[in-house]
Amino acid sequence: MKIIDAAHVFFDYVRRDENDNIEEVSHALSDLSLSIEEGSFVCILGHNGSGKSTFAKLLNGLNLPKEGTVLIAGMDTREEEKLLKIRETAGMVFQNPDNQIIANVVEEDVGFGPENIGVPTEEIWRRVDASLAAVGMQAYRMKSPNRLSGGQKQRVAIAGVMAMKPACIILDEPTAMLDPNGRKDVMATVHELNRKEGMTIVHITHYMEEAVEADRVIVMDGGHVVMDGTPREVFSRVEELRALSLCVPQATELAYELRQAGMPLREGILTREELIEELVPLLRRGRVKEDA
Amino acid sequence: MESYALRDISFEIQDGEFIGLIGHTGSGKSTLIQHLNGLMRPSSGTVYFNGEDIFGAGYDLRALRGKVGLVFQYPEYQLFETDVLADVKYGPKNMGLSDQEAEERAKEALALSGLSEDFWTRSPFELSGGQKRRAAIAGVLAMEPQVLILDEPTAGLDPRGRDEILETVSQLHKSRHVTIILVSHSMEDIARYADRILVLNEGNLQYFDTPKRVFKYYRELEKMGLSAPQITYLMHGLRDEGIDVDTSIGTIEEAREEILRIYEKNRIKD
Repeated sequence: MKIIDAAHVFFDYVRRDENDNIEEVSHALSDLSLSIEEGSFVCILGHNGSGKSTFAKLLNGLNLPKEGTVLIAGMDTREEEKLLKIRETAGMVFQNPDNQIIANVVEEDVGFGPENIGVPTEEIWRRVDASLAAVGMQAYRMKSPNRLSGGQKQRVAIAGVMAMKPACIILDEPTAMLDPNGRKDVMATVHELNRKEGMTIVHITHYMEEAVEADRVIVMDGGHVVMDGTPREVFSRVEELRALSLCVPQATELAYELRQAGMPLREGILTREELIEELVPLLRRGRVKEDA
Repeated sequence: MESYALRDISFEIQDGEFIGLIGHTGSGKSTLIQHLNGLMRPSSGTVYFNGEDIFGAGYDLRALRGKVGLVFQYPEYQLFETDVLADVKYGPKNMGLSDQEAEERAKEALALSGLSEDFWTRSPFELSGGQKRRAAIAGVLAMEPQVLILDEPTAGLDPRGRDEILETVSQLHKSRHVTIILVSHSMEDIARYADRILVLNEGNLQYFDTPKRVFKYYRELEKMGLSAPQITYLMHGLRDEGIDVDTSIGTIEEAREEILRIYEKNRIKD
């Protein structure tokens, strides 16, 4: 089933002067069509201004398309009476963990969402338990969010979204402000939610390494989808990605450089392990002869 | 309860060096850099700049802050003027320069920062994240510092923004001989740019040496919540498979050379 189905979407940012006259219109999205299957893990890449965040905000009705339709589990985001249901279906996590935490105690923060949508108290506590367990933060349940690291705060923010039991979580650069360990923890958490709970994940990131394990990678530029495929397919297109000022994972880049220099390496190498496996026979060949 | 943010740290940085400062979150990096331009005063010990004790009697700390420029994390949050040029002029004006001198300095700094002239008269709030960050860096450059300290200058930027900022910093180092202290979580960036790496761990100075020597301790670095560059792990992986590669390599360029060298050598023997 398609959980997200955007068809021919246009979205503009309009800047007005003090007299409300239009000063500037920028087309953030133009004729964007994109659908995402339930249960998949999708990464969206693209540099700033490519339209990624604008697209993310369309998915729970924070932005409404100027033209075209966005359907979330079949519900049109322009139908106002469905907005609450849409926001329960598609939860959002943003870049800055400090802007997303509201309560003084971790468990209250996680319970805030479900309480707001009228979930009965007992059920709220059940969800708080389950969500904190899913992100590995039970030990911090009674702590103040202020005392947590960036990565821990971000995991609390994810737990807060989870407690709404969304079918889909959209994460807009959730790791951008974290250190490497915080990044790893958040990524592990998100993958776990996808695998164990079957939650659809739409992960927007600038870190190519985070896209390697996705089911599908979408590259955006100038408000369009310019590439769409498995990580292996997308990261094989090194030159196109470079032209878009994006990079590829380090192992992929080195493999590309070596292939350019004439080494017979296969395309689509994504990880260190794959590259080592490919390189060893090539580098060992002479040695075997020499030894013999 | 008393706790140490930094403990018995001694080191010297030479003129014109490019230093990478790494350490796990909470290791004392931010505390350390704030000592270097006198924003924080050590509980004990001394900090010398060009041989002078910066906390000595009569030392001009205000002048020091112009000479040792500090770019904080997310410096764009500190932009406040109505246009970019005015914001960049603020530092030099504060140092007592005339409006005209300040403007000259600001323009030069903006040019160095790589922010296109189209944006100089705009409000800082109309700029993109990467552009704002350049404007903020220009604000520090306008004071013509001899030492530039940058605390994670690429955090939160897209790949293009990251590359541009690092290239700008590298240019300042190469063409203007500005001493650079770069705080970063990216071991790839550190391996690529730094002459020496200073490693902090729980307030202690753990290592201070060339990237190649420091990344040899990758297992120890992992215990401190750090790591080596991904390429270094690749080289170790090849070594584990019996390939005689240099495992101190940390950048793609070096790895390319090394792997091709072995490949070519073997091919001749074929």
